[in-house]
Amino acid sequence: MVLDRMVAAESPPSDTAPAAARRRRRQVLPYLLLVPAVVLELLIHIVPMLVGIGISFLRLTQFYIANWRQAPSAGFANYRYAIDFNGAAGKELLHSFFVTTGVTVIVLAVSWTLGMAAALFTQRPFPGRGIVRTMFLIPYALPVFASVITWNFMFQRDNGAVNHLLVDQLHLAGGSRPFWLIGQNSFYSLVIVEVWRTWPFAFLMLTAGMQSISQDLYEAAGLDGAGVWAQLRGVTLPMLRPVNRVLLLVLFLWTFNDFTTPFTLFGKGAPHQADVISMHIYQNSFVTWNFGTGSAMSVLLMVFLLVVTGGYLRLVKSGADDA
Amino acid sequence: MRVNRLAALALASLVGVGALTACSSSSSGNSSGGSDKNATLTYWASNQGTSLDNDKQVLGPELAKFTQQTGIKVNLQVVPWSDLLNNILTATTSGKGPDVLNIGNTWSASLQATGAFVPFDDTVMAKIGGKSQFLGGSLSATGAAGQPPTAVPIYSLAYGLYYNKKYFTEAGISQPPSTWPEFETDAKKLTTAQHSGLSIEGGSVSENIHNVFTLSQQQGGAFFDAAGKPTFDTPQNVAAIRQYLDFIQTDKITNPSNAEYAQGTEALADFAKGKSAMVLWQAASGSLKQLGMNAADIGVAPMPLPDPMPAGGKKVTSMVAGINLAVFKNTKHLDAALEFVKFMTSTPEQKVLNKSYGSLPSVNDAYADPAFTTPAVLTFKTILSTSAAPLPAVASESQFETLIGTAIKNMLADVASGKNVSDSEISSQLKAAQQQIS
Repeated sequence: MVLDRMVAAESPPSDTAPAAARRRRRQVLPYLLLVPAVVLELLIHIVPMLVGIGISFLRLTQFYIANWRQAPSAGFANYRYAIDFNGAAGKELLHSFFVTTGVTVIVLAVSWTLGMAAALFTQRPFPGRGIVRTMFLIPYALPVFASVITWNFMFQRDNGAVNHLLVDQLHLAGGSRPFWLIGQNSFYSLVIVEVWRTWPFAFLMLTAGMQSISQDLYEAAGLDGAGVWAQLRGVTLPMLRPVNRVLLLVLFLWTFNDFTTPFTLFGKGAPHQADVISMHIYQNSFVTWNFGTGSAMSVLLMVFLLVVTGGYLRLVKSGADDA
Repeated sequence: MRVNRLAALALASLVGVGALTACSSSSSGNSSGGSDKNATLTYWASNQGTSLDNDKQVLGPELAKFTQQTGIKVNLQVVPWSDLLNNILTATTSGKGPDVLNIGNTWSASLQATGAFVPFDDTVMAKIGGKSQFLGGSLSATGAAGQPPTAVPIYSLAYGLYYNKKYFTEAGISQPPSTWPEFETDAKKLTTAQHSGLSIEGGSVSENIHNVFTLSQQQGGAFFDAAGKPTFDTPQNVAAIRQYLDFIQTDKITNPSNAEYAQGTEALADFAKGKSAMVLWQAASGSLKQLGMNAADIGVAPMPLPDPMPAGGKKVTSMVAGINLAVFKNTKHLDAALEFVKFMTSTPEQKVLNKSYGSLPSVNDAYADPAFTTPAVLTFKTILSTSAAPLPAVASESQFETLIGTAIKNMLADVASGKNVSDSEISSQLKAAQQQIS
């Protein structure tokens, strides 16, 4: 229906019949080709999302999971429970929100900086550049589970490589062996692993972006007497703006939502200090068997991410208009 | 042009159809139907041996025996403990799952509430050989009181205090401790530069809650009242958690690194390798041998009791631990599934399986076998029949295990990194957990 209307609106009625028919056919084809993608998108994204929103209004506990159509309506009770910041659950959710924000901000800043530095470093040809670039991309190419479980081994207190290096070899910890997978340090462990996993992507995007900057611009800047620093600020960064706009958004969404990394690193229950929101929601639905509250928290998370994304896009758009 | 466009159209529609058939073929995989004699049962076994492969080696020949006797094939899937509950939940929600499955017996009441399993009422019970064949203690953890159980016990287990006889002799201790004050003295003596007095699986939610449950029983505490309402924040429960945390905090008989142990085998491995002198564990002689411990060094005794006993304290030294067998309600081969349950709980199979796993048979007749008259087995049998209490048989049991177990894990982490956890902090953690359960 929608498809027909769109096609009809685009073809002017005054055309001669055979040409119009031909054009219509040509215009229909791309949409037909899109149909499988749209159907799959509906099946994979939209429908589960709507089901999730639906569940958030149900009292879906273990008593109903075998027959979840019978679950009684909960109205907004799940939401009230989740955002009652005086109650235990609400406090925990808020805590977990702050932890996640902290992780995301640090990971974004460090990953972008590392990616930018590495991209600049490998911008000019030098012997072995291909190898260096490949090495930089390895963390991105490795399967998540394999690499993160390796980090888990390295972070173990008694037998891990990290403590072996810091404590046994360099004698940095003042005699005591720090914990990395539990307690205060678990926050930094998570940040380190997240950065390790995400910065190659920043590097990849920025390298690609830099390659599309015309060499003429640098030559012109050079003729005007701009040094390396001035070229970076005057040419590279402005020309990378479109790349950065997308890159930061994508990194933000990935990091904020990431479940695989903390789950593999810490197991089922994340330490309190690294209780990021995805783990928290997992605990609240799969562990306490209250899928209604878990869904309500997910919906809240989705609304938050939508607001941030929308605000961000508005901001960079107006920034682009000024430029 | 025209041909190309048509080809593209065809391609597009093919992709769509392909996606649809992919969906439908996967959903029709389970409906083999037909006579039960040619049925193939899917069986989810929990991880009882030292590894998933070990389980396959133990169960494989027995399942072949079953197929030979009945013609019913069994598709065995060994599910690790970390995934089992989630997989069961998924199966329950989707209605598609195995025909027969193992569950941790503490989940019985929770899973019973979902209605996902076939209830073993008297008729069904009769089909698998009757209720009276089972060991009374094990049957107490198969569901809520007053309802037909939705599972039957196949491996029975209890906690005991494993101790290293060699270390005890070296330290000049002749008897395993029977009270906590004795335990403390002994454990301090046994804590040296080479080994710690006691190893615990501090990062494991379930080990934490199982131990604290027993300690709380000894204090006269309870996590649920008679009406099934949670009563987490009581002085007795605080005292139980206090005692558990103090293994690291004040007694310093446990290596703080134990707070990180989460895989469910590390504390036992430490004990087997001589890195600790004692460990509180479920029947594990099989695993200990596999881990290379000298059988002559392995001693086992009931968990110590408080001295003097606090008011209202119960002489409980273990939870009723074990594995139950359940039949999924959506099974298309109910008769074959019950046949399989009957086979697995039959006396000869109970002997073979429990011997391999080092657990206790759940049927009375199997104890006639000489393999189950060793001192270790007798110790566990006594614990199970005289001083074991089942975890609360309430629907929210698995939430309780997870919430309190996680809270203890986090407190242990604090203690291990050198922080002091006070009674009021324990109390507020319990309060927070209780808020989340109602």
